[in-house]
Amino acid sequence: MGNDSVYNALVEIVGEDYASNQPEELYMYSVDSGTEGPRKVDYVAMPKTTEQVRDILLLANEHRVPITPMGANLTLNGLGLPVNGGIVLDMKRMDRIIELNKLSRYVVVEPGVTQGRLGTYIEKNCPELEHSRPEAPPMATVVGNIVIRGHGFLAVKYGNNASQINGMEVVLPTGEICKTGSFSVSQLPFSKGPLPDLSALFCGWNGTTGVITKLSLKLFPKRKTMDIVGYAVHDVELVPDLLWRITQTDMVDNLFVVGFVFGDSGESPQYVTVCFTGDIDEELEHKKAVFQKIAEEFDRAAPGKVEFLYPVTEMLTSRFIEKPPYVSPALAADFEHGGGYRYCGAILTVDKMPQAWRTGIELARKHGTNFLSGTQIMGYCHSVNFCFVYPFNRADEESMERVRRAMRDTNEAVLAMDGIPWKAEVEAQKLISRKMDPNSYNLIQRIKETLDPNGIMNPGNWSK
Amino acid sequence: MADVDYKEIIHRCFRCGFCKLSYDYSSVGFNCPMYHRFRLETYSPSGLNWLIRAALIKNDIEWTEHLSEILYSCSTCGNCVETCRFEFGEHLVNNFIAVREEILETQRPVPKMIRKFFENVYLYGNAYREPREARGNWAQGLGIKEFEQGDEYLFYVGCVGSYDTCSQRAAKSLGKVMQKASVSFGILGEKEECDGNEVRLLGEQGLFEHQRDKNVELFREAGVKKIVTLSPHSYNAFKNHYAGEFEVFHYTQLLRDLIESGTLAISGKFEATVTYHDPCFLGRHNLEYDAPREVLNTIGGLNLVEMERNRKNAFCCGGGSANFYTGISAKGKDQASNARVREAYETGATILAVACPVCLLMLEDAVKTEGLDEQIQVKDISEIMMESLTN
Ligand SMILES: Cc1cc2nc3c(=O)[nH]c(=O)nc-3n(C[C@H](O)[C@H](O)[C@H](O)COP(=O)(O)OP(=O)(O)OC[C@H]3O[C@@H](n4cnc5c(N)ncnc54)[C@H](O)[C@@H]3O)c2cc1C
Repeated sequence: MGNDSVYNALVEIVGEDYASNQPEELYMYSVDSGTEGPRKVDYVAMPKTTEQVRDILLLANEHRVPITPMGANLTLNGLGLPVNGGIVLDMKRMDRIIELNKLSRYVVVEPGVTQGRLGTYIEKNCPELEHSRPEAPPMATVVGNIVIRGHGFLAVKYGNNASQINGMEVVLPTGEICKTGSFSVSQLPFSKGPLPDLSALFCGWNGTTGVITKLSLKLFPKRKTMDIVGYAVHDVELVPDLLWRITQTDMVDNLFVVGFVFGDSGESPQYVTVCFTGDIDEELEHKKAVFQKIAEEFDRAAPGKVEFLYPVTEMLTSRFIEKPPYVSPALAADFEHGGGYRYCGAILTVDKMPQAWRTGIELARKHGTNFLSGTQIMGYCHSVNFCFVYPFNRADEESMERVRRAMRDTNEAVLAMDGIPWKAEVEAQKLISRKMDPNSYNLIQRIKETLDPNGIMNPGNWSK
Repeated sequence: MADVDYKEIIHRCFRCGFCKLSYDYSSVGFNCPMYHRFRLETYSPSGLNWLIRAALIKNDIEWTEHLSEILYSCSTCGNCVETCRFEFGEHLVNNFIAVREEILETQRPVPKMIRKFFENVYLYGNAYREPREARGNWAQGLGIKEFEQGDEYLFYVGCVGSYDTCSQRAAKSLGKVMQKASVSFGILGEKEECDGNEVRLLGEQGLFEHQRDKNVELFREAGVKKIVTLSPHSYNAFKNHYAGEFEVFHYTQLLRDLIESGTLAISGKFEATVTYHDPCFLGRHNLEYDAPREVLNTIGGLNLVEMERNRKNAFCCGGGSANFYTGISAKGKDQASNARVREAYETGATILAVACPVCLLMLEDAVKTEGLDEQIQVKDISEIMMESLTN
């Protein structure tokens, strides 16, 4: 065991197999799949119960050791990495699906439950319902995704996943086990209730305000069939209007736009993908006809600029319809046979998409990288998440550095467009904080200090 | 030997984690047995890729005994090859074998049990350090004769079926079933040698070649043309890593053919609900998913039900790559075999059928440690077949 008292105490709490201070584990938890890290990690612990999480937090307070909760560490922006060393809490052993309530349409999960497993579980136990599954690899945790206010396939209808929370159980940084939403008043986690929205204290804070140990998430009706149409848009300026027009039909389940510039191949068109669902084939046929008509309207106004695509490519069918999908956005990591990419997800107004596209191309040229964009439409075009994607080769440090530089410039450009970088890495958090209204920034700091008086929760996040 | 240099591709691992799951993201649990057991990021195919790169290519960390333990906790079950979405995924298991070779060649620290395994095979021709003369003892009193020129099949039993008392049950039953079907066969008895499958997986290429050459010579001298193996591990070695001059069958393939041709008539019954566990070296490594099921389905009264994780999504028993012997990954209540028997039990089956002596011993142990021995029994298909012939 040695005489490392923190390590010994962790072993006491979680058992020898699930605590480590060995170089191999410390290395693995010091790096993520993007370009952040290595960061200093002193211990890794895998709790199994809420009480173990509480005991670890009490220990961390006693020894003033930083704590970083981690799901699958798939943000690519190093949010699951400690900024100032300490204990990484790998939450994936807390992996129970506690309840699926069909009538009230919610599910209660522990923080280690992965998107892949939850999807399969719902499919098996209640095929009439679904959750808004992100396109992140299936190992991504449901809780990690709501912490960063991520989004899933149903975002166009219901907004991001943090807006689908009914309630939570959280261990506060000082060790109290606390509940939010109707959970805090009754046994039933069915609603946020007419209460102060305490769940919001844990979304968007990058795990610095507490450790979520249970989450109640809304489920939605799942229709029997799905189909896809596409539009190849040859003038990026038309994209915002087209998206507005498509969402105006109120018939869309998922709406996504992709574009890319690879090497000297020139700009691709903007590929707008529309997924729509129905219970009978006639319903799908009808919806398809409506979407086709939209293409015709645009063609009359701007001949040759908007092509209707049906059927769509096998790749899109696999990505959006196949279960499980073979095609995943993860494959972008192998575009340069290099094992990685970074992306800045920019939360923008829809009208900024053409500017964002041009900016991405410019910055990719400036930094000598390839560029692709993927845009998830959120709500009825209430906002978009425009992702500036830059692939790199992990075996080539120079290529990684180019991508780091491109990310820096992109974050600045996004803020200049009145947008906000999503799941911002520490450097981008600083940029955002500096631009933020000082009173808002101070409020964030006051909340953090109140909840975490000893500053143990991954300190270094959300600071200037 | 790997056909691609791992150093050229290992940096392409994105650590996205598909490799930890089954292809269909089964909700039952993680499908990588070492990740299932240890749950730390290090103990996963992607974890291994990153650690290997850090230690052997970038020199960011040292190669330690702990790192070797992580490497050797992999049972080479092939789930990651099946589930990785990237084209280099097909090389994952071969990469791990190549790294094992490299660390042995460069004399880096290796777990004691691995060294002991090699020593046993080299000195005694078996993994267990048992006397060579005892290798054929399991067959005593069964009237199973030594292989001789003109016999159609060599019945190759393998180390586990020969020495492990639990797995000997399978060897005996198969011997009896083949006798009943009047198959012309014989065994090598004390002359039989380890097939080298695990030795190869553990990276001891030299010892593997030594075993292979010895066996090939022995088979040639004896006039062997066709081999029927009890173990999918032997089947894998002979079929994919020997010269190819012998026709090799796993016993479930032979039984299926005998039933199809009418040579083996099953008149009796086996009244039970049975679930079948695909062994990795028959299923994922050699794509034989049907023969065992076809055999089971011909047995009257037998109701075959599937576990959620089956065929290419089957969950490994955790014993492959000599883990059944070294116990590196196969230890404690959280090990793969325990989860697998719980999964089998949840199907409502009272019999968990296997077609591999390693799975037999792993799962039988797990049934006991899970306290399920009253509810579900582990039986090799050869045993089920034998019982159905006598019922
Ligand atoms: C190929 C690819 C595609 C992606 N597609 C999408 C997509 O479509 N939609 C989307 O939203 N995202 C997407 N992402 C981004 C990201 O992977 C996901 O949002 C993912 O769900 C994050 O979950 P995680 O388990 O990896 O979280 P982590 O990265 O482990 O954690 C995220 C944050 O949450 C904190 N945290 C984790 N667990 C807890 C806890 N229990 N309590 C408190 N804090 C905690 C961490 O400290 C960290 O700050 C994608 C990523 C990749 C690589």
